[in-house]
Amino acid sequence: MNKIGIVIKSEYLRRVSKKSFLILTILVPFIFAALVFVPLWLSTLNGGEQKQIAIVDNTGKYSKIFENTDEYKFVTSSDADMQAYRKNPDKSIFAFLFINGDLLENPADATLYSDQQVPMSLTDAINKTLSENLKNEKLASYHLPDIDKIVADSKIKFDIKAVKWGSDGKETASSSEAASMIGIVLTIISFMFIMMYGAQVMAGVMEEKTNRIVEVIVSSVKPYDLMMGKIIGIGFVGITQIFLWIILTAALIGGSALFLGGSISASDMSNIGAEILSAIGSINLTWIAINFIIYFIGGYLLFSSIYAAIGASVNQQEDSSQFMMPIMLIMLFGFYAGIYSVENPDGPLAFWCSLIPFTSPVVMMVRLPFDVPIWQVLISYVLLYATAIGAVWVSAKIYRVGILMYGKKPTFGEMIKWIRYK
Amino acid sequence: MYFLETEDVVKQFSNHLALNKVSIHVPQGQIFGLLGPNGAGKTTLIRIINRITAPDSGRVFFDGRELQPADISQIGYLPEERGLYKKMKVGEQALYLAQLKGLPYDVAKKRITHWFHKFDISSWWNKKLEELSKGMQQKIQFIIAVVHEPKLLIFDEPFSGFDPVNADLLKREILEMKEKGQTIVFSTHNMESVEEICDNIALINKSQVVLSGNVNEVRRSYKTNNYTLSYRADSGLLAADSALFSILSEKDVEGINTIRLHKDENISNSDLLAAIAGKTEILSFSEEIPSMNDIFIKVVGASDDKD
Repeated sequence: MNKIGIVIKSEYLRRVSKKSFLILTILVPFIFAALVFVPLWLSTLNGGEQKQIAIVDNTGKYSKIFENTDEYKFVTSSDADMQAYRKNPDKSIFAFLFINGDLLENPADATLYSDQQVPMSLTDAINKTLSENLKNEKLASYHLPDIDKIVADSKIKFDIKAVKWGSDGKETASSSEAASMIGIVLTIISFMFIMMYGAQVMAGVMEEKTNRIVEVIVSSVKPYDLMMGKIIGIGFVGITQIFLWIILTAALIGGSALFLGGSISASDMSNIGAEILSAIGSINLTWIAINFIIYFIGGYLLFSSIYAAIGASVNQQEDSSQFMMPIMLIMLFGFYAGIYSVENPDGPLAFWCSLIPFTSPVVMMVRLPFDVPIWQVLISYVLLYATAIGAVWVSAKIYRVGILMYGKKPTFGEMIKWIRYK
Repeated sequence: MYFLETEDVVKQFSNHLALNKVSIHVPQGQIFGLLGPNGAGKTTLIRIINRITAPDSGRVFFDGRELQPADISQIGYLPEERGLYKKMKVGEQALYLAQLKGLPYDVAKKRITHWFHKFDISSWWNKKLEELSKGMQQKIQFIIAVVHEPKLLIFDEPFSGFDPVNADLLKREILEMKEKGQTIVFSTHNMESVEEICDNIALINKSQVVLSGNVNEVRRSYKTNNYTLSYRADSGLLAADSALFSILSEKDVEGINTIRLHKDENISNSDLLAAIAGKTEILSFSEEIPSMNDIFIKVVGASDDKD
């Protein structure tokens, strides 16, 4: 086995067998599933006890229109009761709804009194009921026959059906929501991965330098082999982790869905399934997956080689942050460019950022579900990989000088000079 | 004849000349001491031999021909600053590093097991490095440097931090390797070890070789013709004989007089002894051959004064 292979194998096995790897692998899918299911489960529970709202309606018009809900029970009351409550509050009444005049003429004549802050769910419920009622009253005042039926008929909610023309003449229903979602999810995965595993590369390089392990190793293997072996090995660890996450998350979601099966009926589930499938049917998933892998490898190589060069140049953890700042800013910029490009995947921000090598792995993911012209994708590849290879070359030169250089923290200029050392 | 040679090696760092036409000649199968004060250039030279850095000019010869990249599989290196992965199991680390040197997995495993057994540390195979004491770590580091049975071994300050027991172990191992025909270079400040086991030395100061040669010859070349003699004082005090010797100092302890004398260089040791034996009862007689420590200080001090 050649030397890079030996390094890759050692780096990979060493990290995959660490406890922290296993814990993280199991933890993240659980957290993810929890985020999806816990709110769902909570919303099916009846929360809290029903609160009593006393209505004091001096007009006599409105007290009957309020319907009780799970949270609120509406009871009629009187002025006298309200005054008595203020002098001697008992906890059975949560709030008083006081209406003193015709609300069509004077909306200020309704007030909600309570000794606590009233939650939005209550004000929303009251507003909704009153709005509906007042609207109907107003309409009725025009004395138009069949006004109710006319109003009901005119309520139309339009949802345009999008159809994509396939090159083979087929028509598939397309969904821009699904496309955007996929784009965002891939962007996030890409970004997180490069950050996490790039940081591991840097940490590994720094450990070898500060522990002087590097002195022992470079007498057996070229610094370039050591650096690339580490980058590739850690890359494989990341791929393994993501792969395990996908499997575990799918298993968990499937399992939890069965568990909660009582609240969601079987036909609902298959409806949801069919909807999802039809929505993404128009998006070329294989093409996206392939591109994801290509961009992900290119982006990871580019950033991790820079991380390796930084790790090799500094002597302590604290020094690294000065060099990390520009990298972090670029990555964050790329991330936000990706998010904003969702609204306009063909606009100038999206276009340029999907070509610039430092942001393209992230931004192109957002554009891909929307069918990017092939020439743009090709230019993007070439730029990314050319830059990545260049970065690896430069970083290797900095790495081989930096790892044996101890003493004061080098300036950026000094690091550039190292590129020319023999 | 010479297994390792460097010829006029020059290495310049951005603001400092580390090696200024350094040439050394290491005979095959012998132990060579590379001496010098801190910052003299020893580690830089060693890194060049190990192909960790390249010289600006000059050549390195290995086993009769110019040094090639593949030769590093025949070099074993124990650096001065030696670290290993703290959280990795030591057996695993040794295997990894042995494979990087070119040993196939099973050969590496067999040899490492053998070494662990020899040093009586087999029970540590699965322990993480950070669980071991410094002395234990040093044993592991040594094994890693020698496991691939290289023709040339380079130890940079091997004795630093070793307790007397481990230092002794190291010396024995080095001598054993010499028996097997391996060539050994070690760089050190520990002059006693140089006297004990080195055959040849080179002393580097301020990026140049200022002294080199066989250890005994070097010591003799610095000899002062001073001797220590003790005799029984009750047979009478010894007086200097101006033709033969002069007395430098005298000390009397319970009837035994110990003198330091300086012998005239034209007469031999035997003549001196004969002359004295006639006058008194000699109890002990030895030549003061300067220690490497003294020579080091003298030579380095002299070249420092020259600046």
